[in-house]
Amino acid sequence: MKILYFAWLRTKAGCAEEDVTPPAEVTTVAALMDWLAEQRPGFAEAMTAKGVIRAAVNQAYAEPTDPVRPGDEVAFFPPVTGG
Amino acid sequence: MIRVQAEPFDLGAELAGLTAGRTDIGGLASFVGLVREFAREPGGEPAVSAMTLEHYPGMTERQLAAIEAQAIERFQLQASLIIHRYGRMLPGEPIVLVAAAAAHRAPALDACAFLIDWLKTKAPFWKQEETAAGRRWVDAKPEDDTAAARWLPPAR
Repeated sequence: MKILYFAWLRTKAGCAEEDVTPPAEVTTVAALMDWLAEQRPGFAEAMTAKGVIRAAVNQAYAEPTDPVRPGDEVAFFPPVTGG
Repeated sequence: MIRVQAEPFDLGAELAGLTAGRTDIGGLASFVGLVREFAREPGGEPAVSAMTLEHYPGMTERQLAAIEAQAIERFQLQASLIIHRYGRMLPGEPIVLVAAAAAHRAPALDACAFLIDWLKTKAPFWKQEETAAGRRWVDAKPEDDTAAARWLPPAR
């Protein structure tokens, strides 16, 4: 599974992109966030602002309950501020 | 048409290109967003010396294309254009252009407002400001959500 981080979340995570193999029981966006937070303390701090963080699965916005599967591209980022 | 690019754009050339050879268009509306220096008053926020726009290559283009497709259908547009820049920009430089062409002024003007309101809350871009005090990521504004919400269908 490919994980991407953007904006200040990238700084907190310490990388822009990583390949991960979460355990089989990680099947939703929310479970993936919890698992990633366990992997790196800096990220856990950012994840406490969970209501703030947005997610996308395969380049489409996703809800916490949406499924994630091996091979997916999953991105985490703060609310957008373009325009 | 949508474009995501680092380079600046020429508003006149872009608008001329949008209507070139067309005789069916009655109204063309456009909005350009610029890098603003912000407050200069004493004790206010430090002036912005530069702005860097980050985006999500792939998803950004998909989102912009989806937003444009909605505008075309909703306002019966005859032509439309979204250009959004990424990378580092200085105050006064253009960041974004939305343009909408229709048979009459109302759909062209409304589509323009819809495009920029939806883009601001749905397209994956993030702004980082540079000031004398350092760099900071810009926070999303609740009023942008309010502006986007006015285009949602009324609650029943």
